[in-house]
Amino acid sequence: MRRQLGVSPQALAKRRFLTRLLAGSSAAVLAGCDRLANTAWFPGVLSAGETLSKNVHHALGGRVSMAQEFKPEDMSPSFRGNGNTDPDSADYKAMAANNFGDWKLVVDGLVEQPASLSLAQLKAMPSRTQITRHDCVEGWSAIGKWTGVPLAAIMAQVKPKTNARFVVFHCADNFGEGKDATPYYESIDMDDANHPQTILAYGLNDQTLPVTNGAPLRLRVERQLGYKQAKYVMRLELVESFAAIGDGNGGYWEDQGYQWYAGI
Amino acid sequence: MPASATSENPPNPAMQPGKPRSYLYFRHTLPVRILHWINVLSLTVLLMSGLMIFNAHPALNWGKSSYNGKPPVLEITTREFGGGKQIGVLSVLGHEVETTGWLGLSKRSDGSLSAVAFPPWMTIPGNYSLAEGRSWHFFFAWLLVLNGIAYVLYGFFSRHLQRDLLPTRLDWRSVGKSIRDHIRFKHPQGDEAKRYNVLQKLAYLAVIFGLLPIIILAGWAMSPWLNSLWPGWVDLFGGRQSARTVHFIVAWLLVGFVAIHVFEVIVSGLWNHLRSMITGRYRIQEPVTPAAKETGHA
Repeated sequence: MRRQLGVSPQALAKRRFLTRLLAGSSAAVLAGCDRLANTAWFPGVLSAGETLSKNVHHALGGRVSMAQEFKPEDMSPSFRGNGNTDPDSADYKAMAANNFGDWKLVVDGLVEQPASLSLAQLKAMPSRTQITRHDCVEGWSAIGKWTGVPLAAIMAQVKPKTNARFVVFHCADNFGEGKDATPYYESIDMDDANHPQTILAYGLNDQTLPVTNGAPLRLRVERQLGYKQAKYVMRLELVESFAAIGDGNGGYWEDQGYQWYAGI
Repeated sequence: MPASATSENPPNPAMQPGKPRSYLYFRHTLPVRILHWINVLSLTVLLMSGLMIFNAHPALNWGKSSYNGKPPVLEITTREFGGGKQIGVLSVLGHEVETTGWLGLSKRSDGSLSAVAFPPWMTIPGNYSLAEGRSWHFFFAWLLVLNGIAYVLYGFFSRHLQRDLLPTRLDWRSVGKSIRDHIRFKHPQGDEAKRYNVLQKLAYLAVIFGLLPIIILAGWAMSPWLNSLWPGWVDLFGGRQSARTVHFIVAWLLVGFVAIHVFEVIVSGLWNHLRSMITGRYRIQEPVTPAAKETGHA
């Protein structure tokens, strides 16, 4: 290359042009991205990333790849509560005041034998205890010890019909207030529902599950992010499609634009 | 990178002796040029959407979880004072520095204050949206990974990697000279300019087989589903939150690489390099030597 010893006026003009080019390009990239994101078609293109991740991960992980389990010394000193930590409905407050003595988990939808199970009945079923890491979509994680009933045991009892494809978790907590109050819900597929580490937990760190973390019962589906781990679970509904529930995307946060597949 | 060792435009013997002669040399093959620009696009979007994702939890921890009794190694916060006064603060290993205007508190393009870690002009999307940031990030992560696989396969089977990037024995002996040349902004001319210099080769190899695989692995290590494929593999990084910290650090090392790369491109002939990465053709300047002046050798 030619070595430049002095700077010619042309070179100076070039440099000014370059500086403007660099300064303008960040703004142009952003304006372009925002414009693309507002088109009808582009978010669909981007969602190809989610579809690809889900399909490749499922092909690699199969039905029963097991989440890492940890030693007691890895446990977080206290388990962070996030999202809703104290549901404000009068019904929930009454149940909590009664230590969930009258609470029952309803299981219905596409099942041969709908059920209504009390906390005592759930605790009498086989149980599983696991020390796992909870990964929030925001980026933080906490390690806790969960005790609960494997969802597979409940599935075996209610006998899903052959066309049941998803388990929908209806919860007692709402986001928003008054007329805008939207109930929390989530959904997982039947492979995750029957996974050995998928449990409905009633215990955290050897204590009764506190209200902050989802009392009386919350989902643990260990190969997915925190927003899948529905708290304050009231009802399981087995469905063929979740299109008619909420805004039809399979969960409260999914209806706000988050991915249904939360394995990444 | 002489992908094909032939020069399409040989030196013109009719040129006047005494003047530096130049000719266009075919330097970058079409696949390399396409793969390069896909990298530019995906790394840009990945950085900007990655900073958006970071803003959702602007703290980095070391260990298996964020709540392990140890404070974050890096944190960007917005500190509130009485009367609504706010400042941005960056804290690294316990050392704090005020970063108002840049980190923790910055201005949007309309002048209003934005109390996020990285400023809106650095993130995709420009407004705070973790859901959209993730959509952008994972789409372009796939693009980068597939592009990288295509590059390594092409590079190996075309022998581009072995021929153009693997340092030769001569290269290893010229490391000292290459460092001195870089410091003095002395750029190779003539036949020398047809090859990568040894520092350039080492930098490209470190990015292709070091930084990029590490940042991709660290990204995978944050996926709870991929964690389950081989339980415990994430501990190679020191745990999931360490992997997140590594992912962040390597992202900035890549930014550093790009900054040096673009700097070298600018000081050694921006338009020539841009042309060669677009059309493949790079202008070679024959050094003027007394012998060449006399004989006008072709």
